[in-house]
Amino acid sequence: MKILVAVKRVVDYAVKVRVRPDRTGVETANIKMSMNPFCEIAVEEALRLREAGAAAEVVAATVGPAQSADTLRTALAMGADRAVHVLHDPDPARPFLPLAVAKILRAVALQEKPSLVILGKQAIDDDCNQTGQMLAGLLQWPQGTFASKVILDTEKQKATVEQEVDGGIETICLDLPAVITTDLRLNQPRYATLPNIMKAKSKVIKKIAPEDLGVDIRSDMEVIEVNEPPKRKAGVILSSVDELLDKLKNEARVL
Amino acid sequence: MARREAARLLRRLGPLAVESWTRGMPHSQHESANRIVNSCRRFHWIPSLQRPLCGPTTSGGIYEGQSSAKKACEVQKHTFGSAATHIQRNPAYSELNSDDVSYFKSILGENGVVQDEDRVAVANVDWMGKYSGASQLLLLPKNTTEVSKILSYCNTRRLAVVPQGGNTGLVGGSVPVYDEVIVGLSGMDKIISFDNVNGILTCEAGCVLENLSNFVENEGFIMPLDLGAKGSCHIGGNVSTNAGGLRFIRYGSLHGSVLGLEVVLADGTILDMLTTLRKDNTGYDLKHLFIGSEGSLGVVTKISVLTPAKLPSTNVAFLSCNDYKSCQKLLLAARRSLGEILSAFEFMDHHCIDLAMRHLEGVHNPLPASPYKFYVLIEITGSDESYDKTKLEAFLLRSMEDGLVADGVIAQDISQASNFWRIREGISEASVKVGAVYKYDLSIPVEKLYDIVEEMRCRLGDSAEVLGYGHLGDGNLHLNIVSSKYDDNTLERIEPFVYEWTSAQRGSISAEHGLGLMKAEKIHYSKSPEAVQLMASIKKLLDPNSILNPYKVLPQSVL
Repeated sequence: MKILVAVKRVVDYAVKVRVRPDRTGVETANIKMSMNPFCEIAVEEALRLREAGAAAEVVAATVGPAQSADTLRTALAMGADRAVHVLHDPDPARPFLPLAVAKILRAVALQEKPSLVILGKQAIDDDCNQTGQMLAGLLQWPQGTFASKVILDTEKQKATVEQEVDGGIETICLDLPAVITTDLRLNQPRYATLPNIMKAKSKVIKKIAPEDLGVDIRSDMEVIEVNEPPKRKAGVILSSVDELLDKLKNEARVL
Repeated sequence: MARREAARLLRRLGPLAVESWTRGMPHSQHESANRIVNSCRRFHWIPSLQRPLCGPTTSGGIYEGQSSAKKACEVQKHTFGSAATHIQRNPAYSELNSDDVSYFKSILGENGVVQDEDRVAVANVDWMGKYSGASQLLLLPKNTTEVSKILSYCNTRRLAVVPQGGNTGLVGGSVPVYDEVIVGLSGMDKIISFDNVNGILTCEAGCVLENLSNFVENEGFIMPLDLGAKGSCHIGGNVSTNAGGLRFIRYGSLHGSVLGLEVVLADGTILDMLTTLRKDNTGYDLKHLFIGSEGSLGVVTKISVLTPAKLPSTNVAFLSCNDYKSCQKLLLAARRSLGEILSAFEFMDHHCIDLAMRHLEGVHNPLPASPYKFYVLIEITGSDESYDKTKLEAFLLRSMEDGLVADGVIAQDISQASNFWRIREGISEASVKVGAVYKYDLSIPVEKLYDIVEEMRCRLGDSAEVLGYGHLGDGNLHLNIVSSKYDDNTLERIEPFVYEWTSAQRGSISAEHGLGLMKAEKIHYSKSPEAVQLMASIKKLLDPNSILNPYKVLPQSVL
């Protein structure tokens, strides 16, 4: 059984993000880029499933520019068996949105024929939280999103997923093939150990162009301007209830 | 959703995600999450000051210190023996009276003179809760002129003075021994100027190192030193103690990075040597006297320091080795293969890792399966990420093949790298949580470095746990002996054996921590009598009334 894991190269979680002076987007030059933390969790889950015997092969895939190969190498160093790199140079004025990514991943999934596609629930750069759901819709596969626990039953070809929902935990049962998106509490990703880094050097990264997949990824959206959010104004310490009432009435106008 | 997510992710990643990543990388400050994660890690010595939330942190240490400080009036020293009890208060020093306080109020204003019991109590105790003085007055000057007036007055009145920065020193050099007046420089925290072409920073001595790091990083530079105490220590204190730290191997000592100083001498003379020139061979270079003199020759008030350019790519690897010899050989190989990009080479033994895992929150062992004896942290900083990473991987794989490295991991993102550093920087913090820690900071020839750790294990047996870790790249061992409480028996088994052993290897009994009070009588283990005599002459020349940081650095017998 094969698992396909989609990963994304994003600005590192610990970096303080800044808007470019020309306001066309976020500063990414000379900034540390890493694998999206939720994607790390996705890779880790796929590897654990393989180690438990529920899967035979873990394939990592990404859509991005040449440098995204680094992210694939990280996935390979963690233990993925091989990787697929769909080359696409991003245009800052025309954002590369989840629908386009989902279309590409669908084409990759139809080629690779995995039983399970695992993605991070959202990327920390755009926080869209759409790719997994759109992919499931395009593939007409069931989806288990915000997974905090995944149990595979290979005999019955089912996956039991515990989802983190606002009200608590919801447990659902999916028929395979299915799409799962990972949430924070699913697992703790492993480090890339030296022996695995060594093995990763001989693993294959297949490069494809979106046209080869027959996917049209023209974006219908255009970025006009990117700005930082307005600075929070300092709070005011009031000295009496009367002052509070006065401010609520006259300044905030909520009374 | 995004903010909630950030908070959850941070709870998961823990303190390592909010740890400011100052090793050549821009860093994050998720302010709301900071509060959640850091509420138990906050380090406050002076609660009224706003300060970033990293740095030496130990809730155990703080409460210990405060309770013992409250007893400061009855108990002069919270130490467990050692040199401190042999020193009597020098009767030549005057005692503080109300006229003195009035005078200080007239020059500093009401806010600059602190007699509040609680605040003075906090300033009377060092970070480890080991040394406690009985000062009744804390002065907070705001500029050099005020410092000059304070010292001039104290010199005339013969009032002893302790200059105090972030109070993070480890040898009791920053707190009073008796009733010396504490001159705290936290009010002098202005950044005066920054030359962003050459990377020359001029600032006042009370600037917190981490704040300076943040500032210069914004400009594309980094501070030439970095230490675990960065969230609290002042640059003035760093300079006065010639602090070493984690970047020493790459950027060298403060003697090299500091370009100029402004110092106030004991009689109030303001010595302006605040040049920003790289080269200036005109006369004797006096600033070197003050760098490392631990506040005993003058009070540093302004500093100009050369900051190196911030390089974009940092890679960190955490490795395990079978024995100490492999660590040594790895160091040699690293110098050869990674030479120009090597920026840190730290080692620790498995006792340290175990301790860190037990007592630190939010850390997890990068190499859990390893039963190995030694761990090494290597950091490289360069200008090209993928080139450096390839170089590092190639070096490590070769080292593995050569048997130098048993196992290891390379950090794939900043959070993982922060986790590795948290372990290394947190050993000190973790050891304080055990109860009592005897700290020794020794420079020993690299081949023999670990021998002392094993000797101490033999000598102490089960009575205490011996940890060995440190800046292997600099030949600097931090020998920490932890037990549940301080007691004289354990101390007798440690001292003077440790010092004699180090002396026999022609090592230094204080590689970077300084002499302070703890080793004030011990200088002869590492310096010749002639050198000590000359130091005493210089002290008498610059501070004839001996009011600056008395009882410390030099032995009483030569003064």
